Amino acid sequence: MKICFFHLMPYRFLPEDFEARYRSVWVDVPHSLFDPEKTSGLYHEYLDELQYAEQVGFDGLCVNEHHNNAYGLMPSPNLMAATLTRRTSRAAVVVLGNSLAAYNPPLRVAEEFAMLDLLSRGRLVAGFPVGTSMDTNFAYGINPATLRERYYEAHDLVIQAWTRPEMFSFNGKYTQIRYANIWPQPLQKPHPPVWIPGGGSVETWEWTAKMDYVYCYLSYFGYKRGKATMDGFWDVVGRMGVEDNPNRAGFLQLVCVADTDAEAERLYAEHVHYFYQKCLHVWEGFAEAPGYRTLKTMQAGIRPQVGAEARRIRQSLDWGKYLDAGYVIAGGPETVRQQLTECVQSLRVGHLMVLLQIGSMPKDLTLHNTALFAKEVMPHIRELWPGYKDRWWPSGATRDA
Amino acid sequence: MTPDTRTVALRDGGLTFELLSAGRGAPLVYFHSFHERGGWSPFLDRLAARHKVYAPFHPGVAGSTGVDALEDLFDLTLAYDELLEAVGLESAHLLGHFFGAMVAAELGAVFPRRARRLVLVSPLGLWRDDAPSTDIVVLPHDDLMRVLWTDPQSPTARQWAMLPENDAENVAAQIESVQRRSAMARFVWPIPDKGICKRLHRIVAPTLVVWGDTDRVNPLSYAEEWQRRIKGAALSVLPGGHMLIHEAPDVVASAVEGFLK
Repeated sequence: MKICFFHLMPYRFLPEDFEARYRSVWVDVPHSLFDPEKTSGLYHEYLDELQYAEQVGFDGLCVNEHHNNAYGLMPSPNLMAATLTRRTSRAAVVVLGNSLAAYNPPLRVAEEFAMLDLLSRGRLVAGFPVGTSMDTNFAYGINPATLRERYYEAHDLVIQAWTRPEMFSFNGKYTQIRYANIWPQPLQKPHPPVWIPGGGSVETWEWTAKMDYVYCYLSYFGYKRGKATMDGFWDVVGRMGVEDNPNRAGFLQLVCVADTDAEAERLYAEHVHYFYQKCLHVWEGFAEAPGYRTLKTMQAGIRPQVGAEARRIRQSLDWGKYLDAGYVIAGGPETVRQQLTECVQSLRVGHLMVLLQIGSMPKDLTLHNTALFAKEVMPHIRELWPGYKDRWWPSGATRDA
Repeated sequence: MTPDTRTVALRDGGLTFELLSAGRGAPLVYFHSFHERGGWSPFLDRLAARHKVYAPFHPGVAGSTGVDALEDLFDLTLAYDELLEAVGLESAHLLGHFFGAMVAAELGAVFPRRARRLVLVSPLGLWRDDAPSTDIVVLPHDDLMRVLWTDPQSPTARQWAMLPENDAENVAAQIESVQRRSAMARFVWPIPDKGICKRLHRIVAPTLVVWGDTDRVNPLSYAEEWQRRIKGAALSVLPGGHMLIHEAPDVVASAVEGFLK
C-alpha cells in the first residue's frame, strides 16, 4: 500500500481566545488576524516539511485547496505542487485537488495539471473534489443549486481535453468552448490517475466507482467515525459488481508518534487541541448552503462535518477523548502501529494519507513526528494489501530502493 | 378558511404547480418567500374576503416540481407566465413577499399586461453595498428568529418556530425547510441583484410598496429605492418587522385592499 504525507498548511497564530471572540475560522475570518510576515515564513516551513517527507520515504505528498480559510492557506494547491516538482524527484505529487466548478473555464485545470504532470515527470495525481460549501458557495459565490452539475460538466471537459486526439468543440450548459485544444498535454496516458475527495455523498460513491476512480474520504474525525462512510462506499462497489481492490480508496488520518504514549500527550496535545477547537471552528450558517447536499444524501442522514452539531461534540473534547474516539491516532510506536493497521484494514484503504503537521505544531516537532512515523510505523504497514495491483498510482512515482 | 388545492401540469408534466385558491372576486396571485411554510395564512384569508386568491407553491416546494429545469430568474418568470395562462388568468393583481415580491415584480416588468395592480411587500432584488439585505437563507435558527420577527417571543413567532416532536416528522420538516430555501436560493445566490433594475421601467401596473418599519432583513432604505425606480409607485410603511404580513395580517390586508379598490 501507499502512504502519503498530507499538509493542510494551517495558520498557526490564531489568538488564544479565537473561538470565543470570532464566529468562524472559515469564510469571514477577519484579516486583522492575518500576519503576512509570519505567513511568508510559514509557507517555507511547510514546504520544507513536505520535502522532508519525501526524503524519509513517504510515497506521496498531498496538497489541497481551500479559500477564506485560516486552517488551509492554499487557495492554489497547484502553486505548491509546482514548487514541489522542483525540489522532489521521487514521490507522487497528489493534488487533492482542484474544485472544478471554481475554475472558469475549467480547461484551466486541464492545462495546469498537464503542466504539473510534465514538470513532475509523470508523478501527478489529479484530485477533483466538488469542494466544500464554504469554499465553493460562500467564498467563491457558486450557486449551490447548480454546483454539482457544473462539477460533472467541468470533469467531462477536462477528461476530453486530455484524451481526445484532436481539437474539439464543447457545447456545455456552463462552459462553451469553440476551440478546445490544450497545449501542453499530460505526460501520463491516457491521463494522470484521478482521485475524488468526497465528504460522503451517495452520488459521489456511485459515480466514483462507475468512473473507476479512487474515492478519498478526507475526514478530520478519524477512522472509527469514518467507517460508516467507507462502508457506504464499499457497499456501492459491491452492489455494482466492481473489484473491491483496496487501492480504490484513500483515507486521511491524523497521527502523532512519540517514544511513549505519555510523551505523545506531552508533545502534541496542545497542537491537536488547537486544530479541533480553532481550526474547525466554523459558524453554523456557513456549514452548508441550502442545496449543497442532494436530497438523496440528506435523506441518507449523513451529517456535515462542521457546524453546530460538530461543534457540540468538539467542545467537550480533551486528549483522552480525541484518542478514544479515534480522531487522532497517537502514542508510542507500538500503539500507533497497532491502531493504524486496524484503521487500514477496517476501512479497506490502499492509499493512506496521514496528517502529521496538526494545528499549531511547529516545524521541529512536525519533523520529529514525521521522522518517527517513517522509521517506526511506516515499514510495518507498508506491506499491507499484498497482491492488489495499484492502477491508480502515477507511473512516474517511485519508492526508495 | 380551507383553500382548494389543485395541481397544474405544464410542459407535458415537466413542470407542475400545486396551486391553492380561495375566495371570490377579482383575481389576486400571491407569491411566497423563503420562510413561509404551508402556503396559506391568515393574511390570505383576509384578502380572500374580497378577492379570488391564488397561492402557487414555488417550484421545488411542496407539490410543485420541476425546479431543476429552471436555470435563472428569467426561466422562472416564464414558468409563472405559463401558469397564469394555464389557469386562465389573462391578468391579475400580483402580490408577493420578499423573494415572492421579486417574482411579482419580474412578472410585472417582463409581462406588463399580466399585472393589474402590483403589491410588493419588502421586495428582494436590489442591492446596496451600504445596506445589504440579511442572508436569511443560511441563518441559523436563533439568529433567524431575531431578524424575522419584531418579537421572537410573540405567539405567532413561536408557533412559526415550532417543529414536530415526533422524530420522523421533525426530520421531514427540516428537509422541507432546506428544500424550500434551496429551491428559491438558486435564483438569487449569492447576491439577489439579478438585473431587475434594468427592467423595472417596463412596469405599467399601479404599484404599492409595503414595508415594516423595523424590518431587520431588508432595510427600509430599499423602500425608497423601489419607489423611485417604479414610476408612480406608492409606499406604505407600517409598524412591524420582516414578517409583517404574519405579525399584522389585518393591518396589511386593509392597506392592500385600500390600494386595490
